[in-house]
Amino acid sequence: MGNDAHTPDAAASVDFEQVQSTQQFQELRKRHRSFVFPMAVAFLLWYFAYVLLADYAVGFMSTKVWGNINVGLILGLLQFVSTFAITSWYVSYSNRRLDPIAAEIRDEIEGHEFDKDGNRVGGVNK
Amino acid sequence: MIGIATAVDVAALKDSTLLNMGIFGLFVAVTMVIVFRASRNNKTAADYYAAGRSFTGSQNGTAIAGDYLSAASFLGITGAIAVNGYDGFMYSIGFLVAWLVALLLVAELLRNTGKFTMADVLSFRLQQRPVRIAAAISTLAVCFFYLLAQMAGAGSLVSLLLGISDWGGQALVIIVVGGLMIMYVLIGGMKGTTWVQIIKAVLLIAGAAVMTLWVLAIYGFNLSSLLGAAVETANNPAVLNPGLQYGKTETSKLDFMSLGLALVLGTAALPHVLMRFYTVPTAKEARKSVVWAIWLIGLFYLFTLVLGYGAAALVGSETIRTAPGGVNAAAPLLAFYLGGPLLLGFISAVAFATILAVVAGLTITAAASFAHDIYASVISKGKADADTEVKVARRTVVVIGILAILGGILANGQNVAFLVALAFAVAASANLPTIVYSLFWRKFTTQGAVWSMYGGLGAAIVLIIFSPVVSGGATSMIKDANFALFPLSNPGIVSIPLAFFLGWLGTVTDKKREDTAKQAEMEVRSLTGVGAEKAVNH
Repeated sequence: MGNDAHTPDAAASVDFEQVQSTQQFQELRKRHRSFVFPMAVAFLLWYFAYVLLADYAVGFMSTKVWGNINVGLILGLLQFVSTFAITSWYVSYSNRRLDPIAAEIRDEIEGHEFDKDGNRVGGVNK
Repeated sequence: MIGIATAVDVAALKDSTLLNMGIFGLFVAVTMVIVFRASRNNKTAADYYAAGRSFTGSQNGTAIAGDYLSAASFLGITGAIAVNGYDGFMYSIGFLVAWLVALLLVAELLRNTGKFTMADVLSFRLQQRPVRIAAAISTLAVCFFYLLAQMAGAGSLVSLLLGISDWGGQALVIIVVGGLMIMYVLIGGMKGTTWVQIIKAVLLIAGAAVMTLWVLAIYGFNLSSLLGAAVETANNPAVLNPGLQYGKTETSKLDFMSLGLALVLGTAALPHVLMRFYTVPTAKEARKSVVWAIWLIGLFYLFTLVLGYGAAALVGSETIRTAPGGVNAAAPLLAFYLGGPLLLGFISAVAFATILAVVAGLTITAAASFAHDIYASVISKGKADADTEVKVARRTVVVIGILAILGGILANGQNVAFLVALAFAVAASANLPTIVYSLFWRKFTTQGAVWSMYGGLGAAIVLIIFSPVVSGGATSMIKDANFALFPLSNPGIVSIPLAFFLGWLGTVTDKKREDTAKQAEMEVRSLTGVGAEKAVNH
């Protein structure tokens, strides 16, 4: 407790720079970033496009489409749909592409030095 | 009763005061029992701050929804739609889309690298002391703004529901709410607070669902006829179009952009939301929590669309505006119109519970940040043991509780959704740049973090002080003076880009380099979850 944010844990004696440089970790990092960055840019652009339309294209947004339902309401509801869709997409992407490789790296690091009960069985002492 | 917009007799609301208080009393009694039971195992700091990391993703997701769907969301957004039509709806869109930032960029990485507070993550690979202090100060500032909003909401809710319109009576109720909140947090810690939030979220969403179905049933489940009725009652077709509130001038349009920016970037930087990610055992559960929260919050905001236009159609914006509690009274008035005193009693008890739960969540976040980041790490230089730290946290709870009560009495009568939007702007300016940079930018340095946090926080607060919110307008806090040099009421459009810029500038001009081993450790930990603290078993 205290100054260090971490209590001694299963990863205390790991050479993280070495792990960081492995091809496996680089692959995980690439997969993570190549999904979340473009997706974040996409939904932010779509959100700001919507806000700009509502702000400066009131006439277009007020166009009635069906009964009293106008373009603004439809685009607003589509923001909900896109949010739900990106959420589900990210979950399935993580389950397929990120979690397995992250678990492998974790097992390799923790498995080498600790048995199931967390007792040290090898590796470099601190 | 179909389609007949009978006026709601606001004076008759007072007759159900006893019933309201009874239902609220029942909620307090039930939750107190649960808090007592939940807190029996509170032993360590991880128990007190992070509920022993023992909640599941779905439980935590429900609690996040409970934390996030504050009085501002429920009363504020329903009221804003009822009175300002489409512009109110845009609040909910910003509040929802913002969760994607939390889901994609922040939640899991933060769960993997931190322990109790936001500062744990921000100071991970930078110099502990300056970064931790800056993060703690901005945490306390955001919590304070958010607390003010909730306590102000408590005041206006009370004036409507309990028929207490004099200042002293409202102050008394704010004291009672504050006192109850202190008890929940002192006794229950994070575990008790989480349970209060879960119960409240279930009641709130269920109550809103019943009212939504009821309103839709009145209009034959036809959204178009509901909207038509709202136009008819308001006698103004513009309630369906954007711009009623923000489209008046070029300045107000810019203000709306600023609000939109603050809403979408603020959520992932709210310290009390971030702290919730530590109550689950793994990053995968943190992801599940956000997914649950997104579905629940999205569903709830769809309800508020119906409720807002329903209140506009059935109660009428004139009645809402002139009712005690003003715009915030739309949802309770609609409940009274639909289900009479019983539904009103239920909805108002839920609204009270909402304020209580959110205030409890904010208080424990602020207390944890003070005890863990300022007391344990800076004042006692890491020598304090966990017991002392928790003791300090508990004392801080009492101090913050008293401050919240005093602030709430002073802020009574301010617009709730609006104050919350300011808290979002402060969070997005002070915290988000540093969170994003420290997770994703290898070269980021201590100087960059400190410049960005103090610069963002300072800019946001200074701009708010010189904005029309504080002085110079009919709805300002200080009506008699005018020092509103900054034309926008939300500072986000200036302070957020400025904070990102300062973070970059501070880093590229910093001659010192940060520890590359720490950077590697943070990156590996954040993506793989190596060594992250697991659930505590009792």
